[in-house]
Amino acid sequence: MSVPHALLALLSEGPKYGLRLQNEFESRTGEVWPLNVGQVYTTLQRLERDGLVASEGDGERSRKRYAITAAGAEELAGWLRTPPELVPPPRDELVIKVLVALQIPGIDVREILQAHRRHVIEVMQRYTKIKAEAAEDDVPLALVADAELFRLEAIVRWLDAADARLKQLPSPTPAAPAGVPEPTRSTEVSR
Amino acid sequence: MTSALELRHVSKIYGSGPSEVRALSEVDLTVERGELVAVMGPSGSGKSTLLTIAGSLEEPTSGEVLVEGTELTDISRSDRAKLRRRSIGFVFQDFNLLPGLTALENVTLPLELDGTRARPAQETGLDALEALDVAEHADRFPDELSGGERQRVALARAIVGKRGLLLADEPTGALDSLNGEAVMRLLRAATRRGVAGVVVTHEAYLASWADRVVFLRDGHVVDQTLAPSGPESLLAAG
Repeated sequence: MSVPHALLALLSEGPKYGLRLQNEFESRTGEVWPLNVGQVYTTLQRLERDGLVASEGDGERSRKRYAITAAGAEELAGWLRTPPELVPPPRDELVIKVLVALQIPGIDVREILQAHRRHVIEVMQRYTKIKAEAAEDDVPLALVADAELFRLEAIVRWLDAADARLKQLPSPTPAAPAGVPEPTRSTEVSR
Repeated sequence: MTSALELRHVSKIYGSGPSEVRALSEVDLTVERGELVAVMGPSGSGKSTLLTIAGSLEEPTSGEVLVEGTELTDISRSDRAKLRRRSIGFVFQDFNLLPGLTALENVTLPLELDGTRARPAQETGLDALEALDVAEHADRFPDELSGGERQRVALARAIVGKRGLLLADEPTGALDSLNGEAVMRLLRAATRRGVAGVVVTHEAYLASWADRVVFLRDGHVVDQTLAPSGPESLLAAG
């Protein structure tokens, strides 16, 4: 989330004080993305240094009112159309953990996959709860919650695919809990 | 208080000898009224078998199934059918509304099959349509309804009368995300009115509407989510 551009967008409605910018940012993102007031002021300082906003009033930072400049409006318009960075970070922690687990003898990798799957779905349940308890016409909140939910769902899909790939490998550890006979055949039986 | 649904050590084996397939192994699952449980797992994990056994459409090879406290194998076949008609509502992927019947007739059909007379059946059916906000379409035929309205009628049929258990197998089918979400909202609302719901899905986006997610693998319940905490914990973590 680009905080500078979100603040420019809020200022394009008219001049505002820092505290109000913080409140509006949080309420419009359904409070899913918290932002502390210190972050707001340091961002505003940088924007002012770059000529993208101008402040009026002096003394304490909380008494300054900020307005977007023409350069700021131009920057915002350009940013809206710039594709976001889609290349993922070079090392994904979850992928690394699973790769490491594969190297350790005797470890049940599918059990590790399940631990992560459960955790991701628990986080998804919390975002869905936010959405479920909000007014149905709260579109900004639904957009923010959906963005997180679909990102997390992609992780679950990766875990599912990893699980299916590992199932094809000869397993050194029994997949079933102790004491329960293993399925003699694992063809599709339920549909 | 008795649970709406209780599976105790339920196993299901198809075939025998070398072609034996163990679809469910020693599954324990309890669902209370007011609770929505999602069952997730890959194809072949036993999800649909679990649902058909819970709905008494199929018998377990071993173990016990209790619906609202009644052990299904203890009662006669006809009593089981009666219990199914009175206590269990099913929602299918393609809604399965009968095209020759109006929305209201579709909803009252299970009541009339069970011997309820036409007038009280209609009143109960209208209540169910009203609960799902489609009472004004009571006299329309399924092909005169939008996809979303058909979903609501199918859900009304599943909750009509005093059904305490709602079983849904991939109820969002091929619907897009938002229509799928609408179905989950309706299922959640039904459970909030006191029904117990079990929904089988392979989509995490939809399963996350449930109060609890149960994970099946190779016929075993391998895991389940903890009760979700409030949204506050998300903000604190952010």
